[in-house]
Amino acid sequence: MKDQLRTSLFHLLIIGLMAGLYFTLPEYHSGVLARAMVLAVYAMGYNLLFGYTGLLSLGHALFFATGMYGLGLAMQHLDVGASTGIVFGLIAALVISTVIGFLALRTTGVAFMIVTLMFAQAGYLIILWMGEYTRGDEGFAIQASERVLAGIDLSQPDNRYFAALVLFGISLLLIGWVVRSGFGKTLVAIRENEERARMLGYNVHRHKWVAVIISGVLSGAAGAAYALLFGYVGATFATVQYSIFPLLYVLLGGAGTTLGPLVGTVFMYYLIDLSSQVTSAYLLIAGVALILLTLFAPQGIIGELRKRVFPWLP
Amino acid sequence: MADKKNSPVNVNRRTALKTLAAGAGGVAASGLLPGLGGYSQVHSAEPIKIGFQVHRTGIGAAYGRWYDRTTQACVEKINAAGGINGRMIEIVAEDDGTDPKRGAEVVEKFASQHNCDVSFGTLFSHVVYGSAPRAGELKMPYFVVSEGHHVASGALNRYTLQPGITDVKSQVEAMAPFISENLGKKVTMIFPDFAFGHDHRDYFSAAFEARGGTILEKIAIPPTETSFTKYFPKIPRDTEVIYHVMVGPAVLTFVKEMGEFFGPSKPEIFGFIDSLEAVDIASPGLEFLDGTYFWEGNPRYAQEEQSEFDTAYREAVGVDENGASVSDAKDVSTYAHMFGCWETLHIIKRGMEAADYKGPADRTKLIEAVEAMSDMPHSFEHPQGAKLFNGKTHQTFGHQYISKVTDGKLVLAHTTSIEDTLYEDEVDYTAQSF
Repeated sequence: MKDQLRTSLFHLLIIGLMAGLYFTLPEYHSGVLARAMVLAVYAMGYNLLFGYTGLLSLGHALFFATGMYGLGLAMQHLDVGASTGIVFGLIAALVISTVIGFLALRTTGVAFMIVTLMFAQAGYLIILWMGEYTRGDEGFAIQASERVLAGIDLSQPDNRYFAALVLFGISLLLIGWVVRSGFGKTLVAIRENEERARMLGYNVHRHKWVAVIISGVLSGAAGAAYALLFGYVGATFATVQYSIFPLLYVLLGGAGTTLGPLVGTVFMYYLIDLSSQVTSAYLLIAGVALILLTLFAPQGIIGELRKRVFPWLP
Repeated sequence: MADKKNSPVNVNRRTALKTLAAGAGGVAASGLLPGLGGYSQVHSAEPIKIGFQVHRTGIGAAYGRWYDRTTQACVEKINAAGGINGRMIEIVAEDDGTDPKRGAEVVEKFASQHNCDVSFGTLFSHVVYGSAPRAGELKMPYFVVSEGHHVASGALNRYTLQPGITDVKSQVEAMAPFISENLGKKVTMIFPDFAFGHDHRDYFSAAFEARGGTILEKIAIPPTETSFTKYFPKIPRDTEVIYHVMVGPAVLTFVKEMGEFFGPSKPEIFGFIDSLEAVDIASPGLEFLDGTYFWEGNPRYAQEEQSEFDTAYREAVGVDENGASVSDAKDVSTYAHMFGCWETLHIIKRGMEAADYKGPADRTKLIEAVEAMSDMPHSFEHPQGAKLFNGKTHQTFGHQYISKVTDGKLVLAHTTSIEDTLYEDEVDYTAQSF
């Protein structure tokens, strides 16, 4: 209990710090942070599966895109408001992650990676195939006038930032609670030794399935939030590239840490952004930096900090 | 974000916090907070900053390379002639990776980090869709060179304009008269199964059928396809014209396999040069295209009756008579599209001069000045041809070119009228508030 309380207080401190940053950072960087918080939620969802459960998915873009299209298509074609759109996005992510989890968890290891990748690719192609409604690869914009939630205009920078912060904060507290709960500890046990966890009487399959569902819904929430806050819904977000991104964010920030996803997302953004100011071969610089970090800080930034300096980091 | 900057509360807050932030020298020194150095008021002698959203990497890189060259050449010309309102143009280029998320981030950089006056340049439609909402929110004029129908369809906002290049709907519809009168009445369409292909499928088939033609078959090719032989047997035997718009790296395979399928007795074939932009028509495997027709936004090869405007434009950008770089004959340009950068920059110049543009506070005046434009005569500023700009839909209309592949070169066979490209307005952006 003490552990739970300390973790929650620490996360609340981080949320407060993020709120304070809005008032200190120039507007460009506060805009970057708003986007990073949304993507960090996506990475947090991914981290629950990869960092805590030991399941490496290559198809999480499907969950992100499901939330995004669930909201976007509902707003575009059913003429519903933003709040109802969010519900559509979350339900869509819940349904898809439940089904995908049920099917994909029949496999393990490399097969799990391939199956999730294939499901995501199928999802991407379905988006293109349903071009009449989704506008295929082009996607569609959600007008600023429609992006109003409970009377709050989410196209305004301050509202957008704090909406992203609310989502991030809820997700961080939720993840912090989950990973410190008995359920979360069981996930770690499964990650460390699945056979032993099974032998001890845990229903491994059910735990992993629930982990996939939570992970998928969080990813879907991030996708819905991205559409709502930044006004665009597009098939690019369903491509394999966007399945790789959360893996990179988590690896860089620290798998199995609650703050790793945020740190990795921000680090990755500025790595690309700053190196692109130096050379057009910025992807090379980014690639080398990633290799170096992987070689010399294999547990990621927060993971290394926890290992070397702050062992109490959640 | 402009609101945030203009709000008195935020000014006070920002002023106070700038002092705090100045103490955070270590962070600022890292380069993460370049904006903290202070906001200097725009001075009339300062350059006009144009944010150039360029596809340097990703699927649009070949286009981006030539959009960049065209842009640099145009700015050099304009600056040598005195700039805009006596101020030089400074291009601030950022790679969008041909990615809609990065595209939006780049627009944010232009607006709130580089303090650009306007942004321009994007080609790929999904990047436009991803970026335009942010441009509208940041109140940043966003001049796209995309040829997508997104602007004129009303899907975007008042800050997004496409005055320098025609859109796919007008291009496609303008092909129907030529094909039905010269090539045949029974068409089979082969197109990629995504938005670009669907635009062709929908707009062309409607325009063609309205002229009494028949679309025998619509063959959609999945974007992941690398071999096309299984699709060719679907082409009905009585097809008189094949209309193809395949794009991407697989296009060479597509043409080669189509040639093997038909052999010497092929029907008339009509395609869009988008398939072969930046690709040498004389490449091995493309011999089959000899005698076929292509839409061209701007004729790649210098024609017999080349205008003096095209000559000057070609020379300024560094393109030879075959449409390749003057320094490397294998570096083929994206000639059918890149003129849009040249023309758009001249429109921005004309708009700024008409609006007596002095700084970001005059952005809305600039948009209104461009909206007031209409006729754009064939000139050094518009080397592709005359244009008719529709201020309500933010979309320009212009001549389209149809060329025939003859001995490995594209020879102009037909020029459409501007009237052939017109369609009914789908939006009135001028009715939207800023």
